[in-house]
Amino acid sequence: MSYLASIFVLAVTTALINNMVLHYFVGICPFIGVSRKVDMAFGMGAAVTFVVSVAAALSWTMTYFVLSPGAPLTAWIWRMVNPSSTAVVDLSILNYIVYIFVIASAVQLVEMYVRKFFPALYKAFGVFLPLITTNCLILFVCLEIMKHIAGATGPDAWGLDKALIYAVFAGLGFMLAIVIMAGIREELDHCDVPKPLKGPGITLIIAGILALAFMGFTGMDNNLLKLMQKDAPAANENAVSQHQSPITDN
Amino acid sequence: MNKEGPTSLERFIGGILPENPIYRQILGMCPTLAVTNSMEGAMTMAGAVMFVLVCSNILISLIRHLLKPHLRILVFTLTIATFVTIADRFLAAYMYDMSKQLGPYIPLIIVNCVIIARCEICASKQGVFTAISDAVGQSLGFGLGLASIATVREILGFGTWFGQWLGWRVIPVTAPEHWSTWVVMILPPGAFITLGLLMGAVNWIAESRSRKVA
Repeated sequence: MSYLASIFVLAVTTALINNMVLHYFVGICPFIGVSRKVDMAFGMGAAVTFVVSVAAALSWTMTYFVLSPGAPLTAWIWRMVNPSSTAVVDLSILNYIVYIFVIASAVQLVEMYVRKFFPALYKAFGVFLPLITTNCLILFVCLEIMKHIAGATGPDAWGLDKALIYAVFAGLGFMLAIVIMAGIREELDHCDVPKPLKGPGITLIIAGILALAFMGFTGMDNNLLKLMQKDAPAANENAVSQHQSPITDN
Repeated sequence: MNKEGPTSLERFIGGILPENPIYRQILGMCPTLAVTNSMEGAMTMAGAVMFVLVCSNILISLIRHLLKPHLRILVFTLTIATFVTIADRFLAAYMYDMSKQLGPYIPLIIVNCVIIARCEICASKQGVFTAISDAVGQSLGFGLGLASIATVREILGFGTWFGQWLGWRVIPVTAPEHWSTWVVMILPPGAFITLGLLMGAVNWIAESRSRKVA
């Protein structure tokens, strides 16, 4: 399978099939809290996508060069300190502390950068930017990247490119889910919801129905993989036959 | 800092029902939805949260006079991350299957809003004893919330309760043609819908009780 195809399958899998909110349940707090208006939801989604990409790049670098077992930078420093040692240095016990530190600093950095160079955007993001530090989604993406560096082999071992694609499409999937939710909730204002269910209750039930809809994507990744692995003419033939089937039915 | 807050008993009782973290404060939704398809996983998660919450509340309460306001949140998260690492390593060493099943949701306790909220609201303002009772009360309330969702989901989804530990089937399999388990309850949609309906039920009960009192 070509490189481009594997990237495409990874992107579709991350954004649609294993949607962060509706499949892994991460980022539920903003999903319920900030989904009242579509423009706010869009701002939140954009901010999360932005921060998660920066945090993913930083945490990939940290994991690959410093934290994972036998990482080059750590090993080099270890050799400098005691040249006779042959031990494999493993700092992975520090993973979580480093990740949370990286996320907090990424949020700070992004906030300062946006405030200096894009004041309009900064005003639009408002209070959402600092709140992102405690968004589960960012840490989840860092942990997934960690899983694909230490002990992963073959296509499972991600380089910086795949880690970044994963992070961007995780963010976009979150944005998709929260914008759909905000659209539904804007309409919901005109509905007569039973009083105890108002607010989070009805939001969660709608999220359940949305999750059911997104389950329709399950298995699409396998089909995509099959389609990609076929020769190009065969794939075309398949598409043509699918196009023709309604005509023959008529 | 010297402001007198609620007493430790009030903190303890408050955490269990009146200020239940899941149903009343709506905090810590990620593990609530993700690990409640079996009672066993839910209880392990509740235990891990209790350990982390109690330890970090004690530590934060002890160092509360040294905290600088602008570095507060960072200190909280780093403390929590340390204790979560301990809990994660412990689970991986002694309960390997459980650790595999819960997967990334154990490290995600770091960003569980319940713990940061308790550090901020209680531990950074009050003494050690109050902080401990607050932590125990809140985590009992959290465990209670997880248990209620997991009970509904596991019984409807698998037909068991505490499946692998107690081996107790709530719904008998003697006549399987009369009952088929609802697979959707184990899958993500079941989590959302169960929590939504339970939250409605809790609100309804609370409302009708307050009406009776008034």
